[in-house]
Amino acid sequence: MTDVAQVFRILPEVILTITGVLIMLGEPLLAKNASRKPLGWLAVLGTLAALFASFWQLQLPAGTAYFGTVQTDAFSVFFHVLIAGIVLVTLLVTLDAAGRDAESLGELFALMCFGAVGMMLMSCATELLLVFVGLEISSISTYIMAAFRRKSAKGPESAIKYFLLGSFATAFFLYGIALIFGATGTTDIPQIAGLLSTSQVPVFGVIGMAMILIGIGFKVSAVPFQVWAPDVYEGAPSPVVGLMSTAPKAAAFAVLLRVLYTALPALHSHWQPLIWWMAALSMTFGNLGALRQQNIKRMLAYSSIAHAGYLLVAFTALSPDGIAAASFYAASYAVMNVGAFAVISHAGGMDDRLTLIQDYRGLAYRSPLLGGALAFFLISLIGIPFTGGFFGKFYVFASALHSGLVWLTIIGLVNSGIAVYYYLRPLVSVYSKPVHSDLLDGIPRVTVPLMFALLITIAGTLILGIVPGRVLALAKAGALTLQSTVSDTTTAVK
Amino acid sequence: MVPIAYYLVLSAILFSIGVAAFLIKRNIITVFMSIELMLNAVNLTFVAFAHQWHHVSGQIFVFFVMVVAAAEAAVGLAIIIAIFRTRSTLNVDQVDLMKL
Amino acid sequence: MTSSLHLWLIPLVPFAGFLVNGLLGRRFPKALVTAIAWIATLIPFLQVLNIALHFSSLTLPYNERVATWITAGNFHADFAFALDQLTLIMLLVVTGVGFLIHLYSAGYMAHEEGYWRFFAYLNLFMFFMLTLVLAENFLLMFVGWEGVGLASYLLIGFYFTKDSAANAGKKAFVVNRIGDFGFLIGMFLLIAHFGTLSFDGIFSQIAQHPEWQGGFLTAIALFLALGATGKSAQIPLYVWLPDAMEGPTPVSALIHAATMVTAGVYMIARAHAIFDRSPFALSTVAIIGAATALFAATIGLVQTDIKRVLAYSTVSQLGYMFLACGVAAYSAGIFHLLTHAFFKALLFLAAGSVIHALSGEQDMRVMGGLRKKIPVTFWTMTAAVFAIAGFPPFAGFFSKDEILYQAFISPNPVGKIVWFVGLLTAGLTSFYMFRLWYLTFFGKSRADQAAAHTPEPGHHAEKEEHKHPVHESPWIMLAPLVILAILSVIGGWVGVPAALGGHNEIEHFLSPVMHAQHLSFEQVSVAMSTQQQAVVPAAEAPEGNKSLELLLAVVSVATALIGWFIAHLMYFAKPELPAQIAAKVRGLYSLLLNKYWIDELYGAVIITPVLFLSRYVLKGLFDTGVITGGGLALGYATQGIGSLVQRVQSGNIRSYAGWLALGAAALLLLTYFGFGTHLSF
Repeated sequence: MTDVAQVFRILPEVILTITGVLIMLGEPLLAKNASRKPLGWLAVLGTLAALFASFWQLQLPAGTAYFGTVQTDAFSVFFHVLIAGIVLVTLLVTLDAAGRDAESLGELFALMCFGAVGMMLMSCATELLLVFVGLEISSISTYIMAAFRRKSAKGPESAIKYFLLGSFATAFFLYGIALIFGATGTTDIPQIAGLLSTSQVPVFGVIGMAMILIGIGFKVSAVPFQVWAPDVYEGAPSPVVGLMSTAPKAAAFAVLLRVLYTALPALHSHWQPLIWWMAALSMTFGNLGALRQQNIKRMLAYSSIAHAGYLLVAFTALSPDGIAAASFYAASYAVMNVGAFAVISHAGGMDDRLTLIQDYRGLAYRSPLLGGALAFFLISLIGIPFTGGFFGKFYVFASALHSGLVWLTIIGLVNSGIAVYYYLRPLVSVYSKPVHSDLLDGIPRVTVPLMFALLITIAGTLILGIVPGRVLALAKAGALTLQSTVSDTTTAVK
Repeated sequence: MVPIAYYLVLSAILFSIGVAAFLIKRNIITVFMSIELMLNAVNLTFVAFAHQWHHVSGQIFVFFVMVVAAAEAAVGLAIIIAIFRTRSTLNVDQVDLMKL
Repeated sequence: MTSSLHLWLIPLVPFAGFLVNGLLGRRFPKALVTAIAWIATLIPFLQVLNIALHFSSLTLPYNERVATWITAGNFHADFAFALDQLTLIMLLVVTGVGFLIHLYSAGYMAHEEGYWRFFAYLNLFMFFMLTLVLAENFLLMFVGWEGVGLASYLLIGFYFTKDSAANAGKKAFVVNRIGDFGFLIGMFLLIAHFGTLSFDGIFSQIAQHPEWQGGFLTAIALFLALGATGKSAQIPLYVWLPDAMEGPTPVSALIHAATMVTAGVYMIARAHAIFDRSPFALSTVAIIGAATALFAATIGLVQTDIKRVLAYSTVSQLGYMFLACGVAAYSAGIFHLLTHAFFKALLFLAAGSVIHALSGEQDMRVMGGLRKKIPVTFWTMTAAVFAIAGFPPFAGFFSKDEILYQAFISPNPVGKIVWFVGLLTAGLTSFYMFRLWYLTFFGKSRADQAAAHTPEPGHHAEKEEHKHPVHESPWIMLAPLVILAILSVIGGWVGVPAALGGHNEIEHFLSPVMHAQHLSFEQVSVAMSTQQQAVVPAAEAPEGNKSLELLLAVVSVATALIGWFIAHLMYFAKPELPAQIAAKVRGLYSLLLNKYWIDELYGAVIITPVLFLSRYVLKGLFDTGVITGGGLALGYATQGIGSLVQRVQSGNIRSYAGWLALGAAALLLLTYFGFGTHLSF
């Protein structure tokens, strides 16, 4: 591949970067009180272009570019499409919610684009240096987005918590990379695999692996690194929460999959038990914590901890099926959670007027579309058939059981039973007769961008729940590319 | 010639001091500085290993870490200013509006 | 005949009805909503009837693959429907009874708010139930299985404004999830062992391997049985069904008596090839069924809410069907499912008619003397009471008798025990049903006593209006009653046993589906329990047992007569007797009245600890306790513990960081010392 043609390997990233820069340049040109919506539509266009570019990358032969730092394959395309889709929906939701509370919105749109670039780099990087840079691009963007409501009391608090704890965890992650570098003399992911053998495991390698797990564990809010999630979710604006509870997590899971399965399969006897425990604790902590929450965003924060746990279950399966199940679950969780936050964002606006679960009482009577959509996403989060949530859980637990993880499966199923209890509360609330409807009266009409956002997420949830074949096939192809990179060490895994 | 283990132990100690400082210090700026300390401890490890492996990539990594740390500092200080404007304090213990 | 039957239309038409009414129904006039809902159930009914008429010319089993669903590696599942004798019976029950209840509902729900919503849900339920019945693989069956749960949840909680209804809906949903785990794990195990979920694929593999006995098949069977106990309200998961009576009465009749709750029985009958290979699982099912039958019947003895009596009676009758499956008499179980669908739906609808007549009153203590005032309801209900009590020639007699007979002659070691329990339950059933009959329709009206105690909050919007005089229900409600009453009388005649001069057509009809089971079950029982060889199995020599069968029939009718006699004595001849008896055995009475305090027990043992864990352990320990500990280690010991806890409260960034650091330390220590092998520098 020629030097110029290499750019096709990072085409979606390039498109989004250009879009972000254009928005930054356009912002000062607009009059102070002018609507920022054109910038938002520009971002939507850029994201759409990136989405198609990602799909187009499927036609490229799988391979690397830029001295082996990025790799385009089915795996990277899967996560690129997912991230672009999440950002697209979030942009639409922000366009909708921001109509009323517009302030420095241009920055927000640009940050979403830049954040997406970072996440996409994470999912295609095959060099730990690039993983780190991508992680930081995405993290720094989300830190700023969390602080978007900077005049409110909760906004900056949420941001400072996220920022300080996030940097704290990043330092661990970085230390882990340094130790892996010390153990192998390289930071190139495929090369690391070749330099580590199962018989002689260097202690730096193992500790480095654990440190990387700490850093990624934080990003995906897995127990015991979940503390930040509820506070940050509560304080950040709802559209941003929808984004940061899904896209950076998906990217972090992609990194974890690549690092564990491509770089460190030799250490699987060390990391598998750790992930087992993280999965079990995350599911249990998240679900029990969510039981008593009154604030809907905090409830969904705890639920996202639990979902991270379900996803980690698939990691412990140590099989291509497990990898595919993890990717699939990331997609199905993202679609339904972003959808739920789309409704919450519209109902509450950027400044969270509806915070408590009981505030949603009677939403379905006030607006059947919003109420029905929220109920639908909750049903999917529970995991009822015909929704993506069901098949996600189904594949995860089927792959875990296939690998003989009986206890983890039982813990997971018991947990998804507990989860029914708290998801039903908002569900009942939405369909109850309204008590104080002045809150609901403040909900504006459903706008065109929100309609698109809901359409995409509902259709996505249904497609994943009814005809998951194609998505699953892509996830499976991705899983196989991860494995083929390490074909010489796969025997160590199984 | 100083053995590599010395550098590694030193950086581990620096990292631990950073962690401890994060937990003990109350001023947000100081807490932030303790993160910088942790990052620099990692940098030391990178340089030491780069020397051991005779491989320049460890040193390049350090440059990237420094650039990223600078970006983080810019964002972090902006957030700290926002905190100070809404709360009129930089005491980390008083930033606990959201809990449980 | 190979032309397509278009089975996919059967579930799809109700779904279309759901979509139309659900999306647009709010703006439609009531008549249009009703018409759409009726047509959406009538079309599948007619289609099923059409299939039934041509049934003998079909090549069975008939499979219809609509579309490829998922392909994941070696695993493959289709949208596929199947038709065989078992499916046909279920389809007739679901569409037939379902249509009658749709008719009835138009009258019963006429004054309710959310009329369109009710019919939309009802059609949604039909869609899922028909999917469940028609499914050709476990996965599609599970979709229907979950779907009927969802529809039932929506319908139980139809009066969302009532807290009790919302809670009952939630309880049903949560309890059912426990059963669903069983089903799910069973499915995972099936995938792991067979690589497919298609009925055909699994059962043919089992048939090819006669050496597979017990072992993993027992595990699968037990997990599937757990799933069935959830849906069919058996011990220990029956608790949701009585509370589900908070829903409108037609819902109780359709979902919680005739169709959905029988899904567990259907599933076991469908998967009988698996159960046949595991005598242990079969015995478990038989014991659960017998225990539930007896247990629920005893609770039914003292309930005063007319719908609750019927609810416990349903649990008890489902126990019979379980019992039948447990002794490998699947045809008898399905037979009872069929007759039960008629008479129990009738009982509920008639009870609904009574409640309607009394403007929402459900307490039997304030009924009485209604025989003359609502004669059609009375006569139809009488048919149902005789049917469930098991008097010939009513439907319930034949099916119940068949179950008891099969249990008695079963080679299964628990056969005789469960037969005796079943017989005892038959007596109790007769007693509490005649108690209901006498209390409701005979004696003097006790409505004037109603002022003494306030009736429960209404299930019926009419309740909120002022009461109007007792009136017979409109004909749209009575017509289904009459049809069901006729079926309750003659419905059992398809299974007249040889001992009474019949041919037991239903057993012959079902035998192609259930056939494999007899042989293999004998093989198993021979292999597993040699001491039982002496008993002659029924399927092989039905002729030799005619006299035994006749004798057993006489015994069970006599038992039912005793039950009737006691009820007559207590609630007709000497109405003061019940109070005296209750006073004498106060402890037992209150034990039964309080349903053995099972709800309270579950509350104390399961729900409270979970909430406790959530509230105190997690919030306290994780967010403050651990941090307190970490803080101590870091040198805060000098300050008072109290002020420490207060100061280092959660929400604090440093305490969060301490938590992170502690987690990191734990992870590193575990990595270094805990797992794995040979570390080297």
